[in-house]
Order: sequence, then structure tokens, then C-alpha cells
Amino acid sequence: MSHSDAPAGATRRGFLQSAGALAGTPLMAAHANAAPVSPAPSAAAPASLTLRVNGRSQLLQLEPRVTLLDALRDNLGLTGTKKGCDRGQCGACTVIVNGRRINSCLSLALAHDGDDIVTIEGIGQPGHLHPLQAAFVAEDAFQCGYCTPGQVCSAVALMEEVRRGDCSSVTPDVRRQGATALSDAEIRERMSGNLCRCGAYANIVHAVRLVANGEGLA
Amino acid sequence: MTPFAYRRAQSVDDAVRLGMSPGAHFLGGGTNLIDLAKGGVVQPLLLVDVGRLPLADVAATPEGGVRIGAMARNSDVANHALIRTRYPLLSQALLAGASAQLRNMATVGGNLLQRTRCPYFYDTGFERCNKRVPGSGCDAIGGINRNHAILGASTACIATHPSDMCVALAALRASVRVHGPRGERTIALADFHRLPGDTPQRDTTLAQGELIVGVDLPPSRFADHAHYLKLRDRASYAFALVSVAAALDVRDGIVQDAAIVLGGVAHKPWRVAQAEALLVGRAASDDAFRAAAELTLQGARPASQNGFKVELARRAIVRALQVAGGQA
Repeated sequence: MSHSDAPAGATRRGFLQSAGALAGTPLMAAHANAAPVSPAPSAAAPASLTLRVNGRSQLLQLEPRVTLLDALRDNLGLTGTKKGCDRGQCGACTVIVNGRRINSCLSLALAHDGDDIVTIEGIGQPGHLHPLQAAFVAEDAFQCGYCTPGQVCSAVALMEEVRRGDCSSVTPDVRRQGATALSDAEIRERMSGNLCRCGAYANIVHAVRLVANGEGLA
Repeated sequence: MTPFAYRRAQSVDDAVRLGMSPGAHFLGGGTNLIDLAKGGVVQPLLLVDVGRLPLADVAATPEGGVRIGAMARNSDVANHALIRTRYPLLSQALLAGASAQLRNMATVGGNLLQRTRCPYFYDTGFERCNKRVPGSGCDAIGGINRNHAILGASTACIATHPSDMCVALAALRASVRVHGPRGERTIALADFHRLPGDTPQRDTTLAQGELIVGVDLPPSRFADHAHYLKLRDRASYAFALVSVAAALDVRDGIVQDAAIVLGGVAHKPWRVAQAEALLVGRAASDDAFRAAAELTLQGARPASQNGFKVELARRAIVRALQVAGGQA
């Protein structure tokens, strides 16, 4: 799906929407709206899969190249999850799959058939913010906000990792089992997979610390 | 990405059978393969998804070692109680690599098969790369090569192997179990990756269709004195300029066994048995560490921009051994 495929004069969003329709659509919509499907090589024929996203089962038909990130954004309309680098280097696409945070840009949707996925839309909503979202607001932990959904998903998973005693590369002694105190150094290391080009790192650490303190993890 | 077919393997035999078809690649966590496919570096015709094969266990063996399934995720291995207590060096190395998200995805098998991060290999905008297009040449030689090899390189390729995990596995004398069309075989980690020579397109000694099913760790006496030191341009989430897996078995003040393996300096984890042997039978001391470091770096030939790695690696070895020995 390279930009050179876009017809001249096409808008970016229009192109993305049509590309999404070609790459695969929810089955219901496909029946109602028989969009022309590009003559894909038979090797790359669409296959059906079910994703459980934010508690709802979603039946999709996708060709193998569609990443989980593109399926969420283009096929399910969940645009809270962001595409930053699309190469696993920035963390903007972080979602929680079967309880684990992953980069959805480097994962094929078909590999997640039957998986339970939580995106930022499933973490909180306006008026019902997750404590971490509230902390990000309170601590001014963003400027442009593009990386924020990934930061928040990452931090939500981080809390659970700390609760179950996972260590990090700054944990003094990996041989010691049990809960790890969530120092600022631990927060920085554990959040290092989420880049923020505005440089709101200091306040992101504050926000995570605020919630960790409230939950007795720090 | 160019179009490809996708099949989920139903068993190891099914995976091996599918893996024999032309253009087939095994898909584990996808953290490297999907990235390479996006860049057009790899153009698979078939992805055989092996990520859900029942090969994710980490279990003690009757001999006192540990067997790790190839599909175990890097984060699960790093945090497994058996690994943290018996092989802390492996936990440290895994945790030094990538990010929490990537470690949750990446498998042990996939980590062993990581391709180099040489920019001339990774970016198809560069026409010449003997690893990507055999026979085309190497523009890293004389080009941007600050991150490249100082040991074991050839006139065809100066790429490094990027894994942290493999450096620790080499120090722990692990072996890799693979299943192929002719059954199962075991490869010592030291023999798993290869030097580039004049065929840098081959990273490992695996044959087409062979699937990594696990890694075996022999019993180890290194748990009390081991350290993984990783030096890089930023504090986290970056590949190593130089890394060291150092481990000592010290009893009554005398070194009984030692392991020194370098990462980020060669096409494979770099281990010099004579350097390790030099430490054995005497008390751990800085003088001995320096001599071992000198021997490990013997024959180092830096490229135009990475001369600093030779001294950095020497000092990193001494430092890692000091920490492992409890002196720093």
C-alpha cells in the first residue's frame, strides 16, 4: 500500500479509505456494499478471522498483508490507535493483546484470529477516563497527543507487569522474585518503547508515577 | 509488502512440510520478518505461522538444565523463575534488547534468526549489499560503518549480528534443536551462526525447511557471577555498539570456569575459548581480566569509522568481568 499507488489528486484520507475497502472490510459491510475487489493473486486471497476488540467480537475478511494496526483503524474504524513509524520503532500503535502490550504495526491481523484486543477506545472514554488517562491530563503529559494512546496502553500494561513481578533491565537483581518497586528509572526503562517527539517524557513519568503511587506500586 | 499467502502450521511436521515450498518463511512474532517484508528486503511468497505451535514451555530437565521452547516469547523467558534464578545472564540480555512491546511478541526462535541491522542491507534504496543481493558488493566497507564488525568480517560483508539473547546463550553454552525434513538435530550455539566469508547471504547453518523447536541450556554454575553489559548510543531501546556476556564460576577464590562473549562486533556472537581458559585456575584479578580481553580482541580489524569499538570492547570485557566477579 505505497503512496505511489494513489491516483493523482486523491486526498490522503480518501485514498486510505479506498485502500482499506480493497484490503478488506467487515463481512456485514461487504454484503451491503459490494465494493470492487482488486484482482489479488490467489496466493494473497482474503481469509476470514474473528477479533474480540474491546469486548466485542468482530468478524473480518482480510488479505494476509493487513496488519493488526490497519485492521483496527481502516476496517474497524478504531482510529485511536495511531500509526507513527509503522516499523516497530515508536510505539504509537501499542495495543494490548491477550493482556500483553504489543506493536500492532508489526503483527499480521490473521495471526490474531480469536485474540482478545484492547485499544485505547476500550481503556477509557470521555467522562469515564482510566486513571492513567486522568493522570496524563493532570500532569500535562503530552503536547500534540499523537503518541498518547500508545503511551497510555503501554502504561496500563506496565502496571500489570509490575504487579506480577516482571523485571526490567534496570532492576538491580533479576534473581530476586516478587514485586519490583516502580522507581522513576524503572518507569523510564519500561516506557522506553514509546517515543514522544514533543518530548513530554518528564511529565509522562510523573503521570505513571502518580497512578503507581495510588496503587501502592511505587 | 509484496503479496504472500498465509498458513497457520498445525504441527511441527506440518510447518516443516510447508516450509519446504519456494519462498516460504516461518513467521514467529513478526518483529523482524514483517519489518523486513515492509521494506521489501524480504519478499516472501508464503508465511508459515508457527507462533501458536505448542513449543512455548520453559522447563527444567532431569540433568539440571533448562529446555526453552522456540515459541516462548522473549518477555516470558526473561521473567521465568527458572531463568531468573539459574541463568540470570540470559534474563539480563533479553531485557537489554528491544522494548517491552517487542519482547512480548518476539520468539526465541525468531531472535536466533534476526537479520543484521546494517543500513545497506535494510534499505533497498542501496543497490549494493552482498547479503541482500549476492555478488552486488558491499557499500558499508568504506561507507557508514560505525556500527559494523571489527572481528571475523570478510571483504564481502562487515555486518554484525544484532541479538543480545544469542550473546548470553553462547556464554551459557546453549544448543539449538531444529526439526527438518530428515528429522531432528542439535546444533551448538557456537556453530549455529556463521561468519560471512564469501557467502554473507547465509546467516546460519540451518537448511531450507528446518524449524527451530527449542534451545537447551546445560546445567550452569554461572548464576552467582554473571553480568551482561550493553553499550549503546542511548540508554534503552537501541542495538549494541558493543555488548559483553561475562560469567565466572568461582570457588574458594579460584576461577573454575569462565565465559566471555562479545555482541555487536561480528557476524555472530564472538567467543575466544583461549581467553576464557586464561582465567581458569587462578584468582580473579583485573590483570587477568585485561589479558583475557586482549586475547578476545586479538586479530580485530576495524573498518573506517568503528576503530573505537576495539578499545570499547576491551574495557567492556574488563568491566563486565569485574561486575560478574563482584568487584565493581
